[in-house]
Amino acid sequence: MINKASKVLLEVKNLKAEVGGVEILKGVDLTVRAGEVHAIMGINGSGKSTFSKVLAGHPDYTVTGGQASFEGQDLFSLEPEQRARAGIFLAFQYPVEIPGVSNSALLRLAYNTLQTERGLEELDPLEFDDLIQEKIKVVEMDPSFLGRSVNEGFSGGEKKRNEILQMAVLAPKLAILDETDSGLDIDALRIVAKGVNSLLSSDNAVVMVTHYQRLLNYIVPDYVHVMDGGRIVRTGGKELALELEARGYDWLRAAA
Amino acid sequence: MSTALHNLVNQPYKHGFVTDIETEAVAKGLSEAVIRLISEKKEEPEWLLEFRLEAYRHWLTMEDPGWANVSHPPIDFQDIIYFAQPKPKKQLNSLDDVDPELRRTFEKLGVPLHEQKLMTGVAVDVIFDSVSVTTTYKAKLAEIGIIFCSFSEAVREHPELVKQYLGSVVPTGDNFYAALNSAVFTDGSFCYIPKGTKCPMDLSTYFRINTEGSGQFERTLIIAEEGSSVCYLEGCTAPQFDTNQLHAAVVELVALDNADIKYSTVQNWYAGDENGKGGIYNFVTKRGLCKGVNSKISWTQVETGSAITWKYPSCVLLGDNSTGEFYSVALTNHLQQADTGTKMIHIGKNTRSKIIAKGISAGRSNNSYRGLVKVGSRATGARNYSQCDSMLIGDRCVANTFPTIDVQNTTATIEHEASTSKIGEDQMFFFAQRGIGSEEAISMIINGFCKDVFVHLPMEFAVEATKLLGLKLEGSVG
Repeated sequence: MINKASKVLLEVKNLKAEVGGVEILKGVDLTVRAGEVHAIMGINGSGKSTFSKVLAGHPDYTVTGGQASFEGQDLFSLEPEQRARAGIFLAFQYPVEIPGVSNSALLRLAYNTLQTERGLEELDPLEFDDLIQEKIKVVEMDPSFLGRSVNEGFSGGEKKRNEILQMAVLAPKLAILDETDSGLDIDALRIVAKGVNSLLSSDNAVVMVTHYQRLLNYIVPDYVHVMDGGRIVRTGGKELALELEARGYDWLRAAA
Repeated sequence: MSTALHNLVNQPYKHGFVTDIETEAVAKGLSEAVIRLISEKKEEPEWLLEFRLEAYRHWLTMEDPGWANVSHPPIDFQDIIYFAQPKPKKQLNSLDDVDPELRRTFEKLGVPLHEQKLMTGVAVDVIFDSVSVTTTYKAKLAEIGIIFCSFSEAVREHPELVKQYLGSVVPTGDNFYAALNSAVFTDGSFCYIPKGTKCPMDLSTYFRINTEGSGQFERTLIIAEEGSSVCYLEGCTAPQFDTNQLHAAVVELVALDNADIKYSTVQNWYAGDENGKGGIYNFVTKRGLCKGVNSKISWTQVETGSAITWKYPSCVLLGDNSTGEFYSVALTNHLQQADTGTKMIHIGKNTRSKIIAKGISAGRSNNSYRGLVKVGSRATGARNYSQCDSMLIGDRCVANTFPTIDVQNTTATIEHEASTSKIGEDQMFFFAQRGIGSEEAISMIINGFCKDVFVHLPMEFAVEATKLLGLKLEGSVG
């Protein structure tokens, strides 16, 4: 929901970044306010995923220019874990497997780390179990997944749902969903979208990186940005996504 | 590898100091004369000298085994000091007589020598270089008939027991390093639990190599009589020297009918620097004999140190219905090499064994599990379950698994499971993105990976092991 009076969460100006000496982001500008849903679309290699990883602080990427602030704080002065504790959440495109570490143990440690950061009480395992039993309903996950090692032996769809479960537990201010829809069948997509929608409020925001308009039928964006060659080349409302779907990315390029 | 991960795996070794203490050492080199000298210095009986000489003569005919998946320059056995001891100022009668410098050393290492300060209820035998320095709680244990003392003292006070059991599990000619140990061992721990006695406290030996150029060849012998039980802990550290030091110990366990021995080790010998310079060669023979029916021997080891670890704590399951267990975590970093595992030899009927081995390799290290499960033709109803898991941290390390299964009885049930996983930058970034710092992440991963083993360690050892693994891995991921 667009409300120009609401608080700016993320402000990115002329952001440039490279990986392995190759410049991928060539000047990205983006402002995200609380309550907003943004979609970033674009072809493979346009820089969408790089953008989300740079915001989260992935060590492979080097910021070479521009600024980014989160709630007024210089984002690039923060370590990845500090960004996470400040309220930035990245749902991974390819969630990793962590053998031997149970889902519930990971979630509890992450949750309690945040609680400590916010000056709140940590939850003991029993209290946390009450919380988590509620949260797994958001993604319609079987409780048996909590005792299993993080993502180990999970199907692609289960991994993505697990990411949204983590989002539900950590209640971030800014959630960046990096191609969360890729590889999902229609039922899983609906569950993931329902989960994300149920977490949206006027205090938080979502940035979805996606190839396809399909996801946007379920999570309706306030803004659609098109990325190409490491820049946002076009911004519009949700109808822009439909137009892209109908006419393809070449149409935009030709127009530019 | 990111800086965070790198720093995490590469914590400096904290026990690398040398104690400035006068030692009395026999000149370098090995010969019959040196063995006679050691035996004489220790005022040993004739039969023990014969035991040593027989082992030595056998050793001369043997060759350094080349089958382990480790490599090192040939060891010059003439360039090793075979006997070094802190120069005694006078006969030790109480703890107050222990050299204050030596006492400070063990305080630094966190070994409690003062019985009155001992809150943990662990009786400790401390081996410094070649000799046992002190054994705590001895008198209290003696009241219920438990003998816990240095090996030398056992030879003096209980020669009949030593004579009966020494070499009964690991014969003098068992292997190259066991033969060497049998020839030149200088001290160690001895423990005897009488019939029907449950040892009321954990017994512990703490080994320390101090003198540069010295080898450590200790001998441990534990005998659990019918219906008795004991829990034994072993800890090891060494100073930081650029030269390699040899540690070739032999540990023999004997469990009679219905007896139960649990032996836990946290090995933190100096591992050499990050370029592989210095460090301990840990070539150890550990074997337990389940001699009686329903007896049980359980090995738990956490191997973090040593330039090279080469050991296979094993169980010979002779008594019917006896049980052998092996729980192991072996961590290698930098250029460390480990070839470790176990042997479970099923001879009696309805014998069972369980192997849980976890290998963690980081840096450019090489970590191998090698195991043998052997079921003899008369071992009806034998069962074994083995699980070997490897974890690779970074992309320059190596993990190997060499399991051997030899079954000669069709009623046996053998299960073997194995897995390999990898921890890299992506996992660490995932943890960071969930607000979890690298140290906590590593400790969570390690604990998760090793929990099947850690649950078998006594509480204080489990805490120490967790910390130790975290320290050893500091900076290696990411």
